[in-house]
Parts: sequence; C-alpha cells; structure tokens
Amino acid sequence: MDRFLELLTSNYNYWVYITLMMIGLWGMIAKRNLVKKIIGMSIFQTAIILFYISIGAKEGGTIPIIMEPGGHGSAAQAVVRAADYINPLPHVLMLTAIVVAVATLGVALSLAIKIYQRYGTLEEKDILKQINKP
Amino acid sequence: MSHQLPALVVAAPLIAALLIFMAGWVRRGLCFPLAGAALVVSLLSALGMLSQVLTQGPLHYRLGGWEAPWGIAYDVDAINALVLSVVAAVALVNLVAARVSLEAEPPHRVGALYALYVLSVTGMLGMVVTGDVFNLYVLLEITSLSGYALVSMGDDRAPLAALNYVFLGTIGASFYLLGVGFLYTVTGSLNMADIARLLPALYGSKAVLAAFVMIMVGLWFKAAFFPLHSWLPGAYSFAPPAVAGLLAPLMTKVMIYVMIRLMLSVFTPAYSFALATLNQAVVWLAVLAIVAGALLSLAARDFRRMLTYIIVGEVGYMVGGAWLGTRLGLTGSLLHLVNDAAMTLCVFLAAAAFTYRYKGESLHSLRGLFRRMPWTMGALVIGGLSIVGVPPTCGFFSKWYLLSAGIQAGQWGYVAALLFSSLVNLVLFFRVFEIAYFEPFHDHHHGEPAPSAAAVRNEAPALIVLPLLFTAVGLIALGLYSGELASGVIALGLPTGLR
Repeated sequence: MDRFLELLTSNYNYWVYITLMMIGLWGMIAKRNLVKKIIGMSIFQTAIILFYISIGAKEGGTIPIIMEPGGHGSAAQAVVRAADYINPLPHVLMLTAIVVAVATLGVALSLAIKIYQRYGTLEEKDILKQINKP
Repeated sequence: MSHQLPALVVAAPLIAALLIFMAGWVRRGLCFPLAGAALVVSLLSALGMLSQVLTQGPLHYRLGGWEAPWGIAYDVDAINALVLSVVAAVALVNLVAARVSLEAEPPHRVGALYALYVLSVTGMLGMVVTGDVFNLYVLLEITSLSGYALVSMGDDRAPLAALNYVFLGTIGASFYLLGVGFLYTVTGSLNMADIARLLPALYGSKAVLAAFVMIMVGLWFKAAFFPLHSWLPGAYSFAPPAVAGLLAPLMTKVMIYVMIRLMLSVFTPAYSFALATLNQAVVWLAVLAIVAGALLSLAARDFRRMLTYIIVGEVGYMVGGAWLGTRLGLTGSLLHLVNDAAMTLCVFLAAAAFTYRYKGESLHSLRGLFRRMPWTMGALVIGGLSIVGVPPTCGFFSKWYLLSAGIQAGQWGYVAALLFSSLVNLVLFFRVFEIAYFEPFHDHHHGEPAPSAAAVRNEAPALIVLPLLFTAVGLIALGLYSGELASGVIALGLPTGLR
C-alpha cells in the first residue's frame, strides 16, 4: 500500500495526464452526442500537451533566460547549470501542438455544424436512423 | 540550386497553397495553373534528387543551416526519393484529371479546394522527406487536416464520414505524438539519425518499447491497418471523386512508408525485428487485414466502396511484408507501395470518369459501359488485372516478391492470405467486367432500358481519359521495370544488416 501511494504521489503529474487521456477516450467512445465526442477528443489532445509540459519542468527550475551578460564575467557567472532552468523545447513543441489541436477542434466543430444542417440533430443514434431509412 | 532540392520539394507546394487560396478570391482561372506548376516543381525536384541519390549517395539537408540534432534535417536516400517522385507524380496526374470536376464545383469553393489539395500533398511530401520525428507529426497533421476538409466537400453523407475520420485520425496522431514524447524523454532528441545513435544503449528500456508500440499503433490508425481501418471506406467513398483520387492512392502508402522508415532508421532492424512475438503478431494481424478486406469488398454493392475495401486488404499486404523482417519482404513491401499507389490511382480515376458521366456508383450502374466508355473501361481492365496480379502489369511483380518473402520466412498464413485475396480480387473485377460488358445499358434518368441504338459512345472528357490512359500504360511500364526498381533503387536504400 505504501509503495502504491508513493508511486501515486511521486509521479502525480503522469497520473493526471493518464486520467485526462482516459476521460477523453471515454468521451469519444461512449458518448452518443457528436459535440460531446468532439470535446472528448479535445481533452484527449490536451492530456498529451500536459504530458509534454510536465516532462520539461524541473523542481526549482526557472524560465530559461540566461541573465549573465556575455559569459566573460567572473568564473562563477560563466557556468550555466542546466538543472537551474526548465527545458524549453517541449514547451515550444506544444505551441505547435496547441495550434494543431485548435485547428482540429475547429474543423470538427464546423463538420458538426454541417451535419446539424443536414440532419437537424447531433445525436448519433438519430442520424443513423435517418441514414438507414430508405 | 540543386543542393536546395530537398527544401524545394516541400516549399513549392506550401507557398503555392497560400497563393492559390488568394487567387481563389481574385482570379479563379489562376488556381489550376498555380497548383499544376507547384506540383511540377515538386516532381522535378523529386526526380532530380532521385538521380543525385543514385549517383552520389544519400543527401543531408539542414533547414536554415542549423546543425542536425538542433535544427530540422531533411534526409533523402534512394527509397525516400523514389516515394517522393511517386507522390508528386500521382498528385500531378490526378490534379489534371480532377480539373473538370473541380471547376464544376460552386465558385466560392474552387480556390479552397485547390489550396487544400496542394496543402495535403505538401504534408505528404514533407512526411516522406523529413528527418525529424516532431516535424513529421506537424506535417502529418497538415495532411490530415486538409484531408478532413477535402473529404467533407463530398456528397450528402461526406461530413459524417469526415467527422469519423477526424476522430480516428486524431487518436492516431495523438498516439504517435505520445510515442515521440516517450522517445524524447529517454533520448532528449527529436532527430531521427540522432535518436538511432542514442537508442542502442536503451534497447532494454520499457519506455522505448512503449514508444515503439505507440508510434506503430498511431501510424496504423492513419494507414487504415485492420482493425483500425473503419474510417477509410466511408471517407473515401463519400469524398468527391477528385479528392478520393488523391487520398486513396497516397495517404495510406505514405503512412506505410513512414512506418517502414521509422522501423529501419529510428529503431533500426536490430530492435524492430528482434521482438519475435510482436513481429509474429503483426504478421497475423496483416493476414486478418487481407482476409477481412477481401470479404468486405465482396460484400460491397457499390463500385467505389468495393475499391476502398481492396485498399484495406492492400495495406495488409504491405504491413505484413514489412514485418516479415527480411530484405525480400521489405523490398516487396516497398515495391508494392509504389505499384499500389499507381494502380489505386488508375481504378479511382476510372471511378471518377464513371461518376462524371453517370453519377451513379452502384455496381449495376456500370451496365453497358464497355460500349459507352471504351477507353475508360480499357484502362480499368489494366488496373483491375494489376490489382489481381496478372503479368505483365506491375501488381504481379510486387506480389511475387511478397509471396516469395512469405515462403522464405515460413509465414504460410500470410502466403495463403495473399493467394486468397488475389482470387477474391479476380472475382471482384470479373464481376465488374461482366456487368459492364454483357448487361445492356440502363439509363437511370429515364428509368427504362434504352434501345440498343442509344448505346452510343459517351466517353468522359479527354482531360480525364488521357491521365487515366497514361496511368494504365504506366502500370505496364512499372511492371516491366520492376526488377530494376527493386535492385537498382530500393536495394540501395535498405540497411545492410538485414537477413
């Protein structure tokens, strides 16, 4: 039990993203309303974005802007310790991924509008009923 | 100039997409020439790179001059350059054939359609050429997003099929992204060559295994590998014919190429093919894909839908061939990738020609078409025979490679599935030929059988028929040169350590 709790608390950031991912997947699979499915998809993507954000973070790290001018100062100033700064690369990558997620959400919602205009409903069950009706 | 080709192949259509979108507002007549010019530039750069690679060895290009592990690298080897040429050529041929139907769309859509078309090709070319795993994700999403939009412009049921494609495509891309995240946490790098250098020390790590499985599953979603194929039949049979002619031959093939590339040059054969149980399982999944594709295509009552299930089976051929893990299997798989792109283009162009003239796509609407559209049907015969695998069409040769690879690896289930699927394809296409040749033409607009005198020639416009005939001739040419293609091009790009 203690080991389980330790596992749970020491990497809680990963548990958060796994939980979010599962909520998103559940929304996409189990919900019957198209907009709810789309929001599930969005949660799923956000979970992965949070995963990337958390792998870049470091305990006690600060934003990666090197304040020392040049590097020609005293020897102590010239040394930049990587552990002091969070890793900016995953965060930068996620800027792109956020743009992709927003674009996907936009495309999906506009498709939902087109579907609503055509069938007058967003419930998957009712749409399939209309399609299968000869 | 020639050392800039790896960037040009992607940059030309990317810039053109923007210009086309703007030209759509100002002068719609400019859209087609711009798109055509961009794809011609891409095709010429791809062919230029192919000849450079064949004479001088692989090219390494650094975008913006940034050194490899930090900047984005574009790596071109023989296989890469071949796939690039195929993608650009197929996109260009289909663009010419698509012109008639695209210009008939409502005017406000024309610019957007051309822009999305070219943007989608940009992503595919980029995925093939890039040497950076995250860049690959971005390009994958560029292709996918423009693909979703293109599919949704089809008939009544297209938006629903497109939304289904969005859901499954996004799950696939997200799995891929998650796998890349795992790779990044253990190696700290996104460059393919760099990851391949860092990974051997970590081969025992569970994170690497998880990354491998997640990346593969993500790519299988996008490649419509059974049982993750359910988006494909709807998306490709309800999409506008011009769009289906672009996405059906290329999207799944590009994803399979990406899968093979990641297996070979990121995880390296020493890792990908060392997990015997996983390999065995994937080959059996491929067997299931081939059999399921065959059975589902037999059940289809609609010509284009039948073709989409054939694609599901073909994806099984290629994934199975690649996962046999032998040199012969990979050669067969890559050769089939090239051939399948060409023959899928051929049959989808034929479908586009029918749809253009007769609207209906059910198998019965093909009645009497040999008399009405002799050229189209002639090309369809060649395409169909190639999918069945009759020499001298190209489908025979790549299937031969795959069969011998299966026999060599002792995968009898895979061999049996290939033969079964060829037999089913034979039945499928001869059923189509029979309906089109022997059954009298039936005019749907008047609802009664037309008198035989009415069965006059009513061929599709030359702009559709000529690209179609070109593709059909290409199928035979590809077949005749398949030996050279396998030993002179594909063999150069495969790693040396393979069995």
